[in-house]
Amino acid sequence: MKNFLKFFLTILVFCLKASSISAAEQTEKLLNPGWGFKGFFGKFDRGSLQRGYQVYTEVCAACHSIKYLSYRNLSETGGPEFTEDQVKAIASQFEVTDGPNDDGDMFTRPARPADNFVSPYANEKAAIAANGGAYPPDMSVLVKARKGGADYIYSLLLGYEDPPSGLSLDDGVYYNKYMAGNKIKMSNPLSDGLVEYGDGTSATSEQMAKDVTTFLAWAAEPHLEARHKIGFRAIIYLIILTILVYFSMKKIWSRVESKV
Amino acid sequence: MSDHEYIPKSKLGKWFNDRLPILTLANHLTEYPTPKNLNYWWTFGAILTFCLVTQIITGLILAMHYVAHADLAFSSVEHIMRNVNYGWLIRYVHANGASMFFLAVYIHIFRALYYGSYKSPREIIWILGMMIYILMMMAAFMGYVLPWGQMSFWGATVITNLFSAIPFFGESITMWLWGGYAVDNPTLTRFFSLHYLIPFLILGLVVLHIWALHVPGNNNPIGIDIKKPSNDTVSFHPYIVIKDLFALLIFLIVFAFFVFYSPNILGHADNYIEANPMVTPAHIVPEWYLLPFYAILRSVPDKLLGVIAMFAALFILVILPWLDTSKIRSAIFRPLYKQFYWFLVADVLILGYMGAMPAEGIYLLVARVATAYYFLHFLIILPVLGNKEKTSEVPLSITEPVLGGSASASITKNHLDKI
Repeated sequence: MKNFLKFFLTILVFCLKASSISAAEQTEKLLNPGWGFKGFFGKFDRGSLQRGYQVYTEVCAACHSIKYLSYRNLSETGGPEFTEDQVKAIASQFEVTDGPNDDGDMFTRPARPADNFVSPYANEKAAIAANGGAYPPDMSVLVKARKGGADYIYSLLLGYEDPPSGLSLDDGVYYNKYMAGNKIKMSNPLSDGLVEYGDGTSATSEQMAKDVTTFLAWAAEPHLEARHKIGFRAIIYLIILTILVYFSMKKIWSRVESKV
Repeated sequence: MSDHEYIPKSKLGKWFNDRLPILTLANHLTEYPTPKNLNYWWTFGAILTFCLVTQIITGLILAMHYVAHADLAFSSVEHIMRNVNYGWLIRYVHANGASMFFLAVYIHIFRALYYGSYKSPREIIWILGMMIYILMMMAAFMGYVLPWGQMSFWGATVITNLFSAIPFFGESITMWLWGGYAVDNPTLTRFFSLHYLIPFLILGLVVLHIWALHVPGNNNPIGIDIKKPSNDTVSFHPYIVIKDLFALLIFLIVFAFFVFYSPNILGHADNYIEANPMVTPAHIVPEWYLLPFYAILRSVPDKLLGVIAMFAALFILVILPWLDTSKIRSAIFRPLYKQFYWFLVADVLILGYMGAMPAEGIYLLVARVATAYYFLHFLIILPVLGNKEKTSEVPLSITEPVLGGSASASITKNHLDKI
C-alpha cells in the first residue's frame, strides 16, 4: 500500500512541478503580484474585481470584446457583486439590437442585465480593420487561453519597454518583453492615473494591471469560488470516507491470514 | 463457470432464476474466487470501470447542452461552463476524467506487463484489453475535437492528414473522413456522433474482458496457477470489493484535486481560443496520453513509414503474448526481464516527453533512439530473453510465501528444469 500511496503523491507533485515549469518556460520570467484567488481557499478580492471592471470598461472595452459575459454576472455571487440596481444601470448604458418587432423591423433598445456584454465592433473583420490588421482577442476566456494565465496577462500589461537599440519597429508596432517575439500591435494601454478609482485606491499602472487581470481571471472562470469551496468539502469528505473504509477493510481482511 | 449449482432460497427467486439466471450470475460474481495475494496494482480494473461509468454519465449530461456545430460548439462549451447549473463541474470531471482514465489504463497495462498477465491462458483477455485501449484513444481524440478550440481543430487536421499517407487512396480517404475538403462542420458532427458511440462499444468489450477474465481467473503477483477455490483464494465479495473501494477512494482524492484545483493543468491553453483555420498554433501537441505514439510518428522521416511505425507500436502490443517466449509469468522470478521492464517504462516516458517537444535537434535524435528501443524490446529482447534467461525458483502456492514457510522446508520447483 505504501508504494501505491507514494505513487499517487508523486503524480500530484509531478503535475504541480510541471505547471510551474511550463510557466517558467517563457523567455522572461513572469511577474506575480500575489493572487488571492489561487490555492485551496482562493477567493477574488471584491474591491479588485470592481476596480478591474472599471479598468476594463474605461480602457480595454474600446477594442476588446468580452462576449461570453452577461451584465447579470456582475451581480452574481463570486463575482464583483455589484448590486442588482447597479447592474441595471450599467447595462442600460449600452444599446443592443433586438427584433424583429411586429412590423418586421430590427430596433435598438438599452441593454438589460440578461444581455451579453456589447462588443465594441460589429464583427471580427471590423475589429481587425480598425486595429491595423491585428485582432484584439475576445477577453472572455483570455486568462485561460494564455500560457502563464493571470501572471502572463499582468506581466504583458507592464512589459512595455523601449526597443533595444538596433531593432526598428514599424508604425503601430510596440516592444513588449513578455510578448512572443516581443512585438505587439497594442500600444501600452496603462499609465499612472489613467482611471480614477471611486474607492480612493491610487491608480498606478501596477494597481490597474492587477485589478483588470483579477477581473479577467473571474470573467474566464466565474464559478472559481464555488469550485474551491465545493472542492475543499469534497476532498475532506473523501479523506474521512477513505479512513473509514480503510479500517473496515482491515477488519474484514483480519478474517483471512493475509495482509492487505 | 460456477463450480457448484446455485439455487436461490426464495420461491420467487427460483422461479425467476430458472427463466433468467441473473441470480446465478450475481452469485458467481460475489463468490468468484480471487487470489488473496493481489496487490494494489490489481485494483485498477475496478477503478477503470468507475472511470468508464463516470465518463458515460458526465458525457450524457454534457451532450444535453453541447451543440455540435462549427459555429456554435465553442460558445456552447462556454454556455456549459457559465450558465448550466454545475456545468463547470460536469465538464471538468469529464475532461479530467479522460486523463484519469488514461492514467489508470496505463497503470493497468504496465501491471499486466510486469506480472505477465497477458500470457497463456489469458491471451484473449489481453487482446480485448488492447481493443479497449485503442477505442479509448479514438474516443479521447474525438472528444478533444468537440470544444472546437485551436488544438481541437489542428489536432484533428494533423491526425486525419495521416491517412493521406496511404498510397493511391490516401487523398480520397482523408476527404471521406472530413466530409469535405478540410476539417470543418461535417468533421465535427461525425466526430460527435462517433464520440457518443465508442464508449458503448468499450462497455461491451469491458463485459467480454471481464467474462474472459472469469474463465481462468485472475493472475497474481507471483504468477502461478492456483487451485480455486482454495486456501490461496478469497471470495470477491467482501474482500476484493472493499479493497477496490479503498483504492478507488484514494484515486478519487487525486481526481478531485485535479477537477477542483487545477482543472486546466492537463489541457493546452490554446484550446480556449476558438478554432481558426487561418492561424496555425506554434506547436501542435496532442493530449499527454497520446504523446509516446506521436513521438514515434514524428521520429520516422517518411510520412507513410511514420504512420506505419505508429500503428505497429500498437499492433505489437496486441501480439505480445506470442512475442514473450518465457513460460514464467511474474517478473519477480525473472531478474533480467525485471530490468528490461523498467527500461521499457523509462523508454515510454522519454517518448512521451519527446512527443511534447518540437521535433528537431537533440529531441528528434533521442526520440529516434527511444523509438528504436521500443521495437527492440518487443521484437528482439522479449523473444530471446524467454529462452536465455535464468529464472529464480517459483513457489508452488501463494500460501507458502504468505505464511513465511522456510525455504529449505518448502517444496519448490525450478521451471528451468521442467521446461
